[in-house]
Amino acid sequence: MPWGPRHEASCALDRSSADARSWFVIYLDHNATTPLRPEVVEAMTRVLRDVPGNPSSTHALGRTARGVVEAARDQLGALVGAAPGKIVFTGSATEANNAALHGAAGPRGRGAHLVTTTIEHPSVAEPASLLEKQGAVVTRIGVDSTCRVDPDELAAALRPGETALVSVILANNETGVIQDVARIGELAAEAGVPLHVDATQAVGKIPVDVGALGASLLCGTAHKLNGPKGVGFLVDAGRTPSEPYVRGGPQERRRRGGTENVAGICGLGVAADLARQELGARAARHAALRDRLEAGLRAAMPGLRRNGVLDQVLPNTLSIVLEGVPGDVLVEALDGEGIAVSAGAACHSGSVSPSATLLAMGLDAEQARGSLRLSVGHGVDADQIDHVVKTLPVLAERVRGAAA
Amino acid sequence: MGMSGGVDSSVAAALLCEQGYEVIGVTMHLAGSDSRCCSLDDADDARRVADRLGIRFYVANYKDRFRSEVIEPFADAYLAGRTPIPCVACNRRFKFHHLLSRARALGAEAVATGHYAQRRPGIQEDDTATLWRGRDRSKDQSYFLFDLGPAELRHARFPVGGLEKDEVRERARDLGLATAEKPESQEICFVPDGDYARVVGEIRPGRLPGPGDLVDAEGAVLGRHPGIHHFTVGQRRGLGLPGGPWYVRRVEAATNRVVVGRADELRVHGAHLRGVRFTSGAAPEGPLRGEVQIRYRHAGAPAKIVATDSGEAQVYFEEPERAVAPGQAAVFYRGEQVLGGGWIEAPIESPA
Repeated sequence: MPWGPRHEASCALDRSSADARSWFVIYLDHNATTPLRPEVVEAMTRVLRDVPGNPSSTHALGRTARGVVEAARDQLGALVGAAPGKIVFTGSATEANNAALHGAAGPRGRGAHLVTTTIEHPSVAEPASLLEKQGAVVTRIGVDSTCRVDPDELAAALRPGETALVSVILANNETGVIQDVARIGELAAEAGVPLHVDATQAVGKIPVDVGALGASLLCGTAHKLNGPKGVGFLVDAGRTPSEPYVRGGPQERRRRGGTENVAGICGLGVAADLARQELGARAARHAALRDRLEAGLRAAMPGLRRNGVLDQVLPNTLSIVLEGVPGDVLVEALDGEGIAVSAGAACHSGSVSPSATLLAMGLDAEQARGSLRLSVGHGVDADQIDHVVKTLPVLAERVRGAAA
Repeated sequence: MGMSGGVDSSVAAALLCEQGYEVIGVTMHLAGSDSRCCSLDDADDARRVADRLGIRFYVANYKDRFRSEVIEPFADAYLAGRTPIPCVACNRRFKFHHLLSRARALGAEAVATGHYAQRRPGIQEDDTATLWRGRDRSKDQSYFLFDLGPAELRHARFPVGGLEKDEVRERARDLGLATAEKPESQEICFVPDGDYARVVGEIRPGRLPGPGDLVDAEGAVLGRHPGIHHFTVGQRRGLGLPGGPWYVRRVEAATNRVVVGRADELRVHGAHLRGVRFTSGAAPEGPLRGEVQIRYRHAGAPAKIVATDSGEAQVYFEEPERAVAPGQAAVFYRGEQVLGGGWIEAPIESPA
């Protein structure tokens, strides 16, 4: 096919006047998504260009494509400590979490008992609520003011022989607080209850090992670790494979029908490989930047309060409360200065509601509204942090003044 | 720029861009998806327009405040036998208070909306700006903006106020805006089907008044009604009385009665107002002559206005007016200019 005029095939970026600006943004929202590493872009581009086959095909092009997918499965397996055969690629972590919950509760039918927490991501919380409506019994364990679940309290809610699944988020997306999932895994194993771990925010930031956590099911996504959007994964370490949840194809060992996102899966594999090699150095670098940010902001804004205890938080995440400063407005003001951060969790169409996680930690609605999440990652340097430390307190004062 | 997702605010945003302003689009998320505007679906339309114009765009969540500051008072007014117009409170509280403070936080100088009304700056920089009817009289929305004072008007802009609706649609098509052909919204946004009684029941369940008597001016019982929140002054439909036409003269919350009468009995000579505000910021010395508009799309009746310092006023019409409904706004005009207005507390039944 001949090349058509450029505008016919252009994407929105080409006509957006904001595009030029996006290159000068100080991006402190790596818990929302991460930029692709050049290595990932390069590998994906090669696949898009040179690997046209369908992994299910018998012929050479098909075999090549299948090879790309299986190599990525090996790379991801090495990062999270899973046998490659136990990994199912999905379209997102949300899809993987949905599949995990419905799969676990499904065979038990209406009477299934589920145990989870009050700080889960909506991709766990909403399927749990749906199952509840359909007749399942759901026990939700609360957190303390540092956003931590007490493993013993959770264990006490388990009903051996009856509880179909316990589902816990490894690192909370808003506060970055990490749960003692290894301990929860031990207690769940004692009770004979399978454990589902939503590790979406943790993979690529801290060591995540399916075996060490005692997880039967573990979910994540490529775009939180400098991979592409549109690729998630579900590790199903159980002995008996669950029912297919997308029917109509042999892909992913019949678990999820549909032709594979070959380039995206390749990108996930490369990103996982980079994460495995760099994890320790990456975490140390991010923690240093994050701590520099916190110290700088604290010096300028003595009233600042951090959510979570430092050594229990992801190394890249700083979640703070600024009393009297509506976080959603501050995010918009910072955006005007080319600084990208996040208030509560981003919701549909960008309309922000008070964060359920912060409310669960005991913050009142006003404090939850004053929360801000800053998350560092690849590409952030100390100069950028220093610029934010100079800019943010000034804008916060302006926003506080206008809100008063 | 307050962007509802509709054609008027879309074109208004485009005009400001053409005039060289730095424009920030904000959709105020006020209501759920069954609303006629300000739902997240409408925000998606507005987002597409903002993207087309290449401006910053945000969705601001004011749902809880909208419920407590607009929807609940609306329901309570019906339960008190009044006929509320929530749009006035929405404009004052949401567009020119909440959105204005957000604009200030973002370093913006003014809030613009897609209203058909015109603002004229004062001659000196410190002079008070004035408020005028929209050039398209069939679309004029100045009635809903009457209680903006000098502080709000200083920071208010109405970019489409000087255009006709057809011109606005034309501009939208020229600009290729996604919202060019969106239908007009007529009803109150959170009552898209016009069934006020149902909405009152949803907002204040358990507080609904039961059935009561339909009576004439002398108190003689003519029939029964299903609840006073179904009725508004001047209403003809839904009375179910023989020998019509009958009209609602008065809705009495205290006795749960609806007083009906003949068409000529609806005419009154004036109205007591409260919550009176003047766009200049101060009540004029002595009585004022002007036209008083007592509901949206009312032509405006010549009247004398006697205002007190305490925010009350008496309006005396030159000719008796029909259906003066407590809860509605009475807005003072002189020609095309809005002078101020207030809330109708009670009609004045006898001549001055």
